[in-house]
Amino acid sequence: MAENVHISGSLRRRLTFSLIGGAAILAATLYLVARSYSAQIAQQGQDNILGAAVSSILDVAIMRDGAVEVDFPYASFSMLNTPSDDRVFYAIHQDDTLLTGYEDLPRAPIPVGEKLGFATVEYAGTSLRLVSASRTLVGADLRSQVTVSIAQTQDALAVAQNRISRNVALFGAGFFLLTALLSFWASATTIAPLKRLTQSITRRGPTDLSPVSKPVPSEMAPLVGSLNTLMARLEQSLTRSEEFIAEAAHRVRTPLATVRAHAENTYQRVEREDNRAALRAMMRAVDESSRAAGQLLDHAMVTFRSDNLEKEQIDLVALAGELVRNLSPVAEMKDIDLILQGDAVVEIEGDAILLQNAIRNLIDNALKYSPVESRIELNVTATPRPQVVVCDQGPGFPPDRMQALTNRFSRGENAGDTVGSGLGLTIARDVVAVHGGSIHLSNRAEGGACVTLSF
Amino acid sequence: MRHIIVLVTALVLWVTAGGPLAAQDWEDRRVFGTPTSNEATLRILSSTDTVFLAPIIEGFIRANPDWAVEYLVTGTADADMLFRAAPDRYDILISSAMDLQLKLVNDGYAHALDGVEHPEWAMWRQSLFAFTSEPAAIVLNRAAFKGRELPQTRQELITALRERSDYFTGRVGTYDVRRSGLGYLFATQDARVSETYWRLMEVMGALNTRLYCCSGDMIDDVAEGRILAAYNVLGSYAAARQEEDDRFAIIQPSDFPTMMMRTGFVSVQSVHMDEAEAFLRHLVAAQTGQGAQAATSPLPPLAVSADGSAGAIIPLDPSLMAFQDRLKRRTFLEEWENAVIQ
Ligand SMILES: Nc1ncnc2c1ncn2[C@@H]1O[C@H](COP(=O)(O)OP(=O)(O)OP(=O)(O)O)[C@@H](O)[C@H]1O
Ligand SMILES: [Mg+2]
Repeated sequence: MAENVHISGSLRRRLTFSLIGGAAILAATLYLVARSYSAQIAQQGQDNILGAAVSSILDVAIMRDGAVEVDFPYASFSMLNTPSDDRVFYAIHQDDTLLTGYEDLPRAPIPVGEKLGFATVEYAGTSLRLVSASRTLVGADLRSQVTVSIAQTQDALAVAQNRISRNVALFGAGFFLLTALLSFWASATTIAPLKRLTQSITRRGPTDLSPVSKPVPSEMAPLVGSLNTLMARLEQSLTRSEEFIAEAAHRVRTPLATVRAHAENTYQRVEREDNRAALRAMMRAVDESSRAAGQLLDHAMVTFRSDNLEKEQIDLVALAGELVRNLSPVAEMKDIDLILQGDAVVEIEGDAILLQNAIRNLIDNALKYSPVESRIELNVTATPRPQVVVCDQGPGFPPDRMQALTNRFSRGENAGDTVGSGLGLTIARDVVAVHGGSIHLSNRAEGGACVTLSF
Repeated sequence: MRHIIVLVTALVLWVTAGGPLAAQDWEDRRVFGTPTSNEATLRILSSTDTVFLAPIIEGFIRANPDWAVEYLVTGTADADMLFRAAPDRYDILISSAMDLQLKLVNDGYAHALDGVEHPEWAMWRQSLFAFTSEPAAIVLNRAAFKGRELPQTRQELITALRERSDYFTGRVGTYDVRRSGLGYLFATQDARVSETYWRLMEVMGALNTRLYCCSGDMIDDVAEGRILAAYNVLGSYAAARQEEDDRFAIIQPSDFPTMMMRTGFVSVQSVHMDEAEAFLRHLVAAQTGQGAQAATSPLPPLAVSADGSAGAIIPLDPSLMAFQDRLKRRTFLEEWENAVIQ
């Protein structure tokens, strides 16, 4: 089935990949956002402490006797202790001259309207977070701007950030894994109804053209709708064409019978030899057409019944016996012995009308192509498989194209002017095929044709 | 050409062997071990008397027989100054002035060691390692307190001095905090904790206190009876002396203890980085390893209290830098001089 379908991608894979891709993008975004947010918070924490330290120093700056004094509390520095033992640098400036602390430590610019200025600077070979604040001191006859700056390395901050990054990364990875698993599950459940539909259609018999009746998801409704319409149309046109053939054959046969009767009548009364020959040719043509119409009708019937095969338990021996009885008058006309041999009972599952039709065509051929005063044997056996063998003592099949004789409208050279349409063996073949069996043509060594139907 | 090489080599040897340093006035200078070459000599600048560290250095030499150690002793403030001037001349700096040491590390003079097993509170930046816990003590001449109770707190010392002020005049002593880094550390930590310190200083100032550079001299003078009471003496030195001299008593004030840690670090410009690291690891291990060395060494070990915390020890953190501030130091010294020098 699938080999004549062109495949481009897979819905399920596409669904899974887009879900997983979405999850990956989401997890990555989550990671980046959470990390930068936590970095911001961690930085905020350090800034707050540095700010507090700067303020506590600036608070105690006073102007005494025209000189600035800054007797800052011990706590100003002890609050700067961190788990990673970060280095601390500071400077106190009066206007632009260094009062105390580290020389050339930069001062962070303080934005207008803000108390504290923050900056990240390079100093003493490392990167520092720097906080500055300043205050105007008013003495007896001078005003002075005192600026306090404290800077600290960011080792503890880096440690905290690494820890947070690791945790967030773990969280993101877990989230991603979970969503990946969920997307496998989601795509499987999404695709499930499609699978169920495929299965229910695959499981159908070859001729079941009934509409899909099980409920399907709304997205599949148009597809299933079209499928149902298509099958309904198919069924309709199939029935119509079979009916048409049967009808046509039937309609042709009746007038042909009339023509045949008239021709025979006329033949009795006509004396002239050339007229009689013409009439003979005419009658033969009519016979041919009539036979063809009959066989066509039978073939159409076989096709139709095969499509709606109703199997029942059948005894092949009984079936063959009945045919032999019906056809023995024809055999007697040619002095042919029609003999039924084999097992007492051979049962198979099948359609009696079809099997009858097939075997009748074989006996019919045997009678038709055998010489007078000969024997036709019907062998019906059950082992190793149920078999019906029809053998005669006639000329046998033309050996060069034996198997092709089962094709539609194909007749052998030996047919000569025997009336026939070339459909007999075709009917037999189709009937066996629909019962899961095969047909085999052969010629007997001692002369005569054999046809074997195996089930 | 050959001459030039010989000349240059000689010059290099002279410089690295401490040619110009020979002029330095060391309190003590000793070379341990016999160096296989001049290159293989570790130079340790220290404020700790040689006897205290000798067993540890000898242990190091035993483990590294190819190496020699040149041990140079000077005062804490001096050591700090010398080291800052030439950090490449010394491989290791050992000092009892925690604040000076911490500031040196903060200023980037120390080399960080990886993976040293040491309590968090006893090291800073993996560079500065504390290896002793030593109390500041009051040392009293037993004869002077005969038939009297020994004062156990600073307050009791104040009372005892006031009661017999004529007797004690000119016969009390303490560190000259202007000259001694350790004295300054003890004084600032005392002042941080309690006002009692200032009252004691005023009393001692009124008694015309003598000022010392070093604990050793104070202990000597108390033992000899030249002074009768000394405040903020290094308890470990006093304890070591007491083993052969019973003429003085050591009091660890029970109102609030002041505990100092001796610290050491490897110079960031050390020319023998690997060996200097090895020595410091050896030193730290000897002073913390289950009292292994404690029995034989006169140096008190790093006391780890039951809960693993530092206890009453001066914390090794940036707060030590507060009193190192120029302005703050000037203010403190002014106040101190006002109290002590009258
Ligand atoms: N028993 C037989 N002996 C010899 N030839 C046979 C025999 N049966 C069939 N044939 C050959 O096989 C050909 C095909 O047979 P088939 O039954 O399909 O057609 P038909 O007999 O010619 O026409 P009809 O459709 O009327 O039966 C025949 O034309 C004949 O040549
Ligand atoms: Mg036939």
